Amino acid sequence: MEVEAAKLIGAGLATIALAGAGIGIGNIFASYVSAAIRNPSAAPKVFGNVLLGFALTEAIALFALLIAFLILFAF
Amino acid sequence: MAANKGPLHQFEISSLYDINFEGIDISFTNSALSMVISIFITTVIFYIGSGKNPNAPGRLQVLVEMSYDFVANMLRDNVGSGGKAFFPFIFTLFLFILFGNILGMVPYNFTYTSHIIVTFGLAGFIFLAVTLIGIVKHGINFLKFFVPSGVPYTLLPILIPIEVISYFVRPVSLSLRLFANMMAGHTMLKVFASFIVLLGFLGGWAPLSLVIVLTGFEIMIAVLQAYVFTILCCLYLNDALHLHH
Repeated sequence: MEVEAAKLIGAGLATIALAGAGIGIGNIFASYVSAAIRNPSAAPKVFGNVLLGFALTEAIALFALLIAFLILFAF
Repeated sequence: MAANKGPLHQFEISSLYDINFEGIDISFTNSALSMVISIFITTVIFYIGSGKNPNAPGRLQVLVEMSYDFVANMLRDNVGSGGKAFFPFIFTLFLFILFGNILGMVPYNFTYTSHIIVTFGLAGFIFLAVTLIGIVKHGINFLKFFVPSGVPYTLLPILIPIEVISYFVRPVSLSLRLFANMMAGHTMLKVFASFIVLLGFLGGWAPLSLVIVLTGFEIMIAVLQAYVFTILCCLYLNDALHLHH
């Protein structure tokens, strides 16, 4: 197979990792909403942690993007 | 034409003033220029805004006091009273990253936090400093940090290497998070912006409205990533100062 073509396929495959990050971010906000409905007075207290968890999970997705860029441009 | 340069062109470093120091290239680049701009703006805002009128503070003074309170509360909640000595460093770090991220959203301005060498420089320094603080404060007891408490002894040969690896990966993940977020965000904006040009006057409105939404999202990400970087720095500092898991 051509190296260029293999690179493009590899970079495309690297984006599969986004599925995991999508599940993770959805999980964080789903838990936050269900917790906030059960106890609305505690919701503002945990929102900072929600954002922290969101940012940490989103960063995992960006590692996949980084791998895609490495495949495309570094090799 | 900017259109045919590709979405990654914005991250290119170009030298504005060539300086050669005994064979080492320390030229004044556009990255350095944007750092100088961000520090200049921060200094001006904080010089004008720092409290001269305790009874009726102006807008800038409220902004300055709110950001001070924000970081001071973060440090107090996460590190405790022992963290007060590190407040100037944490506050400077927060403002440096925040202004780098936000000024990067200004068109044609360079985002210095989108370069791994800048963020790794910050994260590597924090890692070394936090490790040294832990060793100076606790001596040989600092090694207890790598031994999780309340775990059966048979599991320790597996857990200790994991703890050691996860400790040494910290500067890498800390710097990669900020760098990848900023680079991915700016690349995404450029890619969607190129769709506007491609679709022309009739079809370009859809990506244009998307770019407006994404710009707001990116400004949120800029503030959020500065917050995350600072709060993780606080958590690492707390680990070094108090050693408990």
